[in-house]
This record gives sequence, C-alpha cells and structure tokens, in this order.
Amino acid sequence: MSVSQAISVDRPPPRARGWPRTRIVGYALVGLWILFGLGILAYLIYAWNGEFFARYAPAYLQGLWTTLSLVAISMVVGAIFSLPVTYGRMSKSRFLSGLAYCYVYFFRGTPLLVQVYLVYYGLGSFRLQLESVGLWWFFREAFNCGVFAFALNTAAYQAEILRGAIESVPRGQWEGAASLGLHKLQTLRKVILPQAFIVALRPYGNELVLMIKASAIVAIITVYDLMGNAKLAYAKSFDFQAYVWVAIVYLVMVEILRHGVEWIERRITIHLHR
Amino acid sequence: MPAQSIWTLLSWGPEGWSDDIAYGALITIALALATLPIGLTIGFFVAWAKQSEEPSLRAAANIYTTVFRGLPELVTLFLFFFGMPILLQYVIRLFKPEATIDVDSFIAGMIVLSLIFSSYASEVFLSAFRAIPKGQYEGGYAIGLSTWLTMRKVILPQLLRIAFPGLENCWLSLLKDTALVSVVNLAETLRNAGVAARVTKHAFLFYSVAALVFLVLAILSSIATGFILRSLGRREAR
Repeated sequence: MSVSQAISVDRPPPRARGWPRTRIVGYALVGLWILFGLGILAYLIYAWNGEFFARYAPAYLQGLWTTLSLVAISMVVGAIFSLPVTYGRMSKSRFLSGLAYCYVYFFRGTPLLVQVYLVYYGLGSFRLQLESVGLWWFFREAFNCGVFAFALNTAAYQAEILRGAIESVPRGQWEGAASLGLHKLQTLRKVILPQAFIVALRPYGNELVLMIKASAIVAIITVYDLMGNAKLAYAKSFDFQAYVWVAIVYLVMVEILRHGVEWIERRITIHLHR
Repeated sequence: MPAQSIWTLLSWGPEGWSDDIAYGALITIALALATLPIGLTIGFFVAWAKQSEEPSLRAAANIYTTVFRGLPELVTLFLFFFGMPILLQYVIRLFKPEATIDVDSFIAGMIVLSLIFSSYASEVFLSAFRAIPKGQYEGGYAIGLSTWLTMRKVILPQLLRIAFPGLENCWLSLLKDTALVSVVNLAETLRNAGVAARVTKHAFLFYSVAALVFLVLAILSSIATGFILRSLGRREAR
C-alpha cells in the first residue's frame, strides 16, 4: 500500500478544451452545411409559388405512388425469381451454377439503365414476334418494362444476398437438423432461414433503398413516377424548385426506410445482445 | 434503302457504328478515371472526419454521406446540371451583366459522380480505419511524428490495403453510374449506342453492344484489380 502511494504517478494533463484545429474545421464545415440548408430554405421561400404547388403537388403524390408500387412489385417478383437463381448458384451441378453465375454477372455488371433500355427499346424491335406470342400488350407499357427490368435486376442482387446469408449459417446446423431426422426442406425452413434472415435483413434493406433510388431512372423511359413528374413540371414551368422538391421527397423517403430497417434489426437481434 | 446486314452495321467506318461506340467507350473510361482520384481523396477525408474525436467534424461528414447516399444518382445529376448554371449565372451577373454560362456535361458528370463515389468510398475507408489498431497511432506519436505524418506514413499504407476490396466494388458501381450521364447528352457508350439504335432501328442489337462494352470493362477491371491485389500482397510479405 505504502509503496504504491510512494510512487506517485503524474496524471496526464487534462485535455485542452480550447480551439484545436479539428474543432475549428469542424465548426466551419457544420456552419457551411447550416448555411447551405438555410440557402435552400430561403430559395424555396423566395421561389414559393402557390400556383406551381397547387398544380404539381397532386402530380407528385401520384408519382410517389407510381414509384412505390413499381419498387414494391419488382422487389416481390424479384424475390420470387431470386429463389431459382439462388438454387442454381448453390447447386453442385456445373451447368446450373454456371448458368446462374452468368445471370448474376450480367445483371450486376451492366448498368441498370442499359437493361431498362434493352427491355423497353430493344424488345420493342421484336414487336411482331411478341405480338404473335401474345405478349405485346405487356411490353407496350413503359411501366411494365420498368418492372420487368427491375425485377430481373434485383433478382440477381437478391440471389447473392440470399446465398450469402444461407452460407453464413454454420454447417453444423445442417448436420444437427439431419441428425434429428429433419429433411432438407424442413431444415431450411425451420432452422436455416430464421438464422439467415437476421444476416440478410440489412442487405435486403440496402437493396430496397437502392431500388427506390434506382427507380428514378424509369423517368427516362417516359414513366411518370416521382422523377418523371418532376421532369414534366420542370419542362413545363422552367422552375428549378421542381427538382429541389423531388430531391427532398427522395431524401426523406430513403431516411425513413434506413431508420426503419435499423429499428427492425435492433428488434430481431434483441436476444443476441446482453 | 436496302436492308443492311448486321455485320455492316457493326463494322468500323462510315457505314458501321463500331467506331462511334468505341469512341463512346473511351469517354466512359475517361469519365470514370477522371472521377476516381477526386472521389478517393474526398472519400478519404470524409472518413477521416467521421472517425475523429471532434463531434462537429463527425456531424459534418455524416450529413455529407447522408445527403449523397440518400439522393438518387439521377436527381443529383439533374440538380447539378440544371442548378449549377442558374447559380453561377446569378453570381457572375453581379460582375458581368451579360455573361451566359453553360455547364459541360462531362464536368457536371464528373462532379456528381465524385460526390456519389466519395460518399460510398468514405464508408469503405471508415471500416478500414476501424480495423487499424490504436497502437499504430500511438506508435507514430511515440516516435515523434506529427498527426499528418502519422496518417501519411503509417496509417494510409495499411488503410489502402484493407480498403482495397471495398474500393473495387465502389469502382465497379462508378463504372456503371457513368451510363447515367448519357441522359444529359454526354456522348459516352450508351448515348452513342442509343443514337445508333435510333438511326438504324436495331435497338436490341446496339443496346446489347452497349451492355457488352460495360461487361468487358467490368471484366477488365477485375483482372486489373486482381493484379494490383496480388502485388499488394507480395509487398506485404516482404
């Protein structure tokens, strides 16, 4: 006791609270952001136009609905379509896994815009053939083409997410279930998927956010989604606030989703935290 | 007009469109390569700010990534492409009343892609920062290096090696995002393929060619990154 008291150690000096360089830079940057935000606000107030709002706000709401339904439909269709792709990716057959690999590589390796053009303009050049098969009514609508391209695209990404999640479950889980006498499908449903889902939730959430963001490009193939309506409003009024409003709506939507996914993740991993 | 065969359409020269699409591919590569250093630099500094002890610096960096990761790429592009001339015009008119401003679509694309790339790259850098033990900073401090020198000589070399696979993904999505700039009339791969498709009415053919160009670029970059990764690994072993 006395020894340890005898060796009195100098405490390190308290950390300086003043104005180190990082703090000056930090305050300056936050100040810039505040100025920027105030600038946008001032612009919106200055450019406030009751007529513009009354005319285009309903169109924006309509567009928001189109965006949401496009994303929802393609996410669900993509999820269904990702199942065979995942099966192919994980299968031992060279042929199946090669095929699935090519599918995934193509859809992840080329821009979504190119895929949308390929479906909308490219399939349009096969009009006669499509008409004879009786599928033309589907590909005539830009919205359907958008959904088709988006579903194929997200299926490739979702297949990779699902595969990664299933492979993240340790092999012992499969073996344990097999020793209990569960067959493959039961094991998958009762043992593997509940654990895989926890791993997959965040990537799925990211994919949803990416899809919402990517859905803006259907505006280019004349679908009047949120972005499409903003383009239309800008083309008619030459009022730049058309794009500022749409940016705010997208930003709010994405933030809500991101925090929602985080909240769900905290809820379903509650048993993992102490 | 006689029906042209596919091979004439795809030939090199005045009859075919291969030269136009190849020229567009060069623009695509140029745009991505021009964006890369800017995006990497901004991304590195944003990540540095994000892991700083100063709350205001962290907040500023977080706002940056929230905004540019939350906005759709197309919306950011349009905001800059249409908004920047208005703003610049407003500023310049204060000095020179009759000046007019036009924003080059290559420059606009470069700025927007840098913003997007840097906000994604900053996340990669951030997780790499977290993988570097605190002892590395303390070691740098102990031998009397300044903060900046510690960062440059001690942290950065390790950081790049850890961040490399994540940055490869960012690069691939940058390559794909360049296609969006075709919307504001930059004559890159997709734009030129689109022109060819409209003139010849062979839309499927030319958009497939555009897809193929992007696929080849992706394959080439994974070969290149594999090469770099191997040389990085070799340097570590020595």
